[in-house]
Amino acid sequence: MSEGAAGGAIDFGRTTRTVRSRRFSARVPVRIVAVSGGLVALAVVLGVVALGVGEYPVSPTEVVRAVTGGGEAFVRTVVLEWRLPIVLAAIVLGAALGIGGAIFQSLTRNPLGSPDVIGFDAGSYTAVVVAILALGARDYWTLAGAAALGGIATAVVVYLLSFRDGVQGFRLIIVGIGVSAMLGSVNSYLVTRADVGDAMAVGFWGAGSLSRVTWESMLPALAAFAGICVVSALLAPSLQRLELGDDLAVTHGTRVGAARLALIVVGVAATALVTAAAGPLGFVALVAPQLARRLTHSPGVSLLSAAAMGAALLMSAQLLTLVVAELYRTIPVGLITVCLGGTYLIWLLVRESRRHERTS
Amino acid sequence: MTTRTTVSAPPRTTPHGTRSRRRTLGLVAILGALLVAVLLSLALGTNPLSPGAVWTGLRAHDDSEASVLVWTLRIPRTVVGLAAGAAFGVAGALVQALTRNPLADPGILGVNAGAGFAVTLGVGLFGVTSAQGYVWFAFVGAALATLLVYAIGASSGGSISPITLVLAGVALAAVLDGVGTFLQLIDPETFTRLRRWGVGSINDTALTDTWQVLPFLAGGLVLALVLARALNDVALGDDLARSLGTNVARTRVLGIVAVTLLAGGGTALTGGIGFVGLMVPHLVRWFTGPDQRWVIAYSALAAAVLVLLADVLGRVVARPGEIEVGIVTALVGAPVLIMLVRRSRASGL
Repeated sequence: MSEGAAGGAIDFGRTTRTVRSRRFSARVPVRIVAVSGGLVALAVVLGVVALGVGEYPVSPTEVVRAVTGGGEAFVRTVVLEWRLPIVLAAIVLGAALGIGGAIFQSLTRNPLGSPDVIGFDAGSYTAVVVAILALGARDYWTLAGAAALGGIATAVVVYLLSFRDGVQGFRLIIVGIGVSAMLGSVNSYLVTRADVGDAMAVGFWGAGSLSRVTWESMLPALAAFAGICVVSALLAPSLQRLELGDDLAVTHGTRVGAARLALIVVGVAATALVTAAAGPLGFVALVAPQLARRLTHSPGVSLLSAAAMGAALLMSAQLLTLVVAELYRTIPVGLITVCLGGTYLIWLLVRESRRHERTS
Repeated sequence: MTTRTTVSAPPRTTPHGTRSRRRTLGLVAILGALLVAVLLSLALGTNPLSPGAVWTGLRAHDDSEASVLVWTLRIPRTVVGLAAGAAFGVAGALVQALTRNPLADPGILGVNAGAGFAVTLGVGLFGVTSAQGYVWFAFVGAALATLLVYAIGASSGGSISPITLVLAGVALAAVLDGVGTFLQLIDPETFTRLRRWGVGSINDTALTDTWQVLPFLAGGLVLALVLARALNDVALGDDLARSLGTNVARTRVLGIVAVTLLAGGGTALTGGIGFVGLMVPHLVRWFTGPDQRWVIAYSALAAAVLVLLADVLGRVVARPGEIEVGIVTALVGAPVLIMLVRRSRASGL
């Protein structure tokens, strides 16, 4: 199966290099790996800059010294204890959003079928609202658990409601919008009944922010992320085959039902991880796979480049919030992702409808 | 012109007048339902009154408990419900006709969010406090949002898919809500004042404010009825409409003006009631067929009935508290949306 060597007169699609050892052989898509590597490098550089920004500014050289184990004790505390978990969260959660978005966009075969559009965020929000208002919970773990549970439950409901001889992308998205609208009205009912303090706590959670992240909350998230990476890497070939259509996927030896279910579970887990750790960070999952696809010139969505793009995007957004905090005031990073991502989505829709006109 | 196009138009397409009989019967039924809804809205609440007590209270207009209840609480919210309901219903019918999109609704397309965002700006930055002040911000916000969503639709030459337009609206609403929430969170005073507003309630607007907004709603309604015949032609496609002598561009522009007046005014009064504009035209078409003159006239009445009944339901279910009408319509309307897309063929126009 290693027909696609680089170059040659015939275009075989993705440029690939074949890597072989005695027991192992794989085709590596060159451009995807290169672009992903570049994006990860960008995220790391932005992360180093972000480690230096804040009320106590630290220069990049001092940051590098602190990370490698040198420098003053106080600088090390600031950089390693306070800021590193947040920067790490931006990169890891961004990558998780990219993976979740890529999986769902691939499964629905629709660039707009991302978890936030389909309504998972609304479900998480409702669960957290109930946890804060009805159970009086404020601690991180209860809210994280509620967010994950609510998102997963909503995913199941949306999936079942849109099931009718299989799940069409179109129906899944509209059902998601409908379910989000219902949950949204339940949320506003609960919030308007609460006292102002509780209501604002809900509002702050719902705005989505990384500033609450600490090492204590980050370590389990890192472990979960590692698990998601491994499983999604194993499932990536099935995802690619499913994009060909169910019939072709079957002839390539994929167990379609099982593969799709496993992918949905991973996608929901990736999204729930983020919502649990930081609240809803809108539109990263939607935008990352699409930008990555354009950068890599690939026909479909690839998990690796989507994850790298998600990391770079969320890291940039987080750095932007730090800069805005310096100049103006602290704003939640979710606000930036929603504004930039939503604007990008609108632009994407305008562009695609224009193209549609030209071709029709 | 208005009267000719709304009421006395003979059915052009149906054989033997069965549809005309259906329309007339339907109209009687809706007017009856409207009467019942108004009576229920005057009678029911935390402190229910008998029809007799409502009548005495109405006639007396004095300091008696029933009279105060009817005149200061129930009549204002009933008037707001009628006006806002008709506005959202007709706005929905117009948007569906203009975009030829069965899933269109001012709420789903982000028009209400645009109005709400502008009002948040008005309260947060300019210290506006009354519905009378809200209304101008709401108009500007609704107009900009309508134009933007419409520009997205128009850039495809009218061939945009329903889902693309819905998504554009959802994206717009998400961005505007995000920024609006931020503005509320950095200023607790704005937060307190507006957190109930965006839910969609017809209980918080004073009658004096309603009178200020009413002319705009009436203007939008009249404009919609005048446009109805041209909209029928637009439904056939731009080319055919032009060959029938309809000025398509002018119809579109005036249609957007009407939607802006109706959705903006309705949002200024209530904070935005979702899904009314989605549901009502679909229900109404079952009686009227596709003729926009009838769809618009029916939608105005039926939407008023729906909003009043939803409001009464919200008062009865959660006694002694209340559930805002916008929450009730969303809980009823979202399943309707889901049902529409679950049908094997999305309802055509």
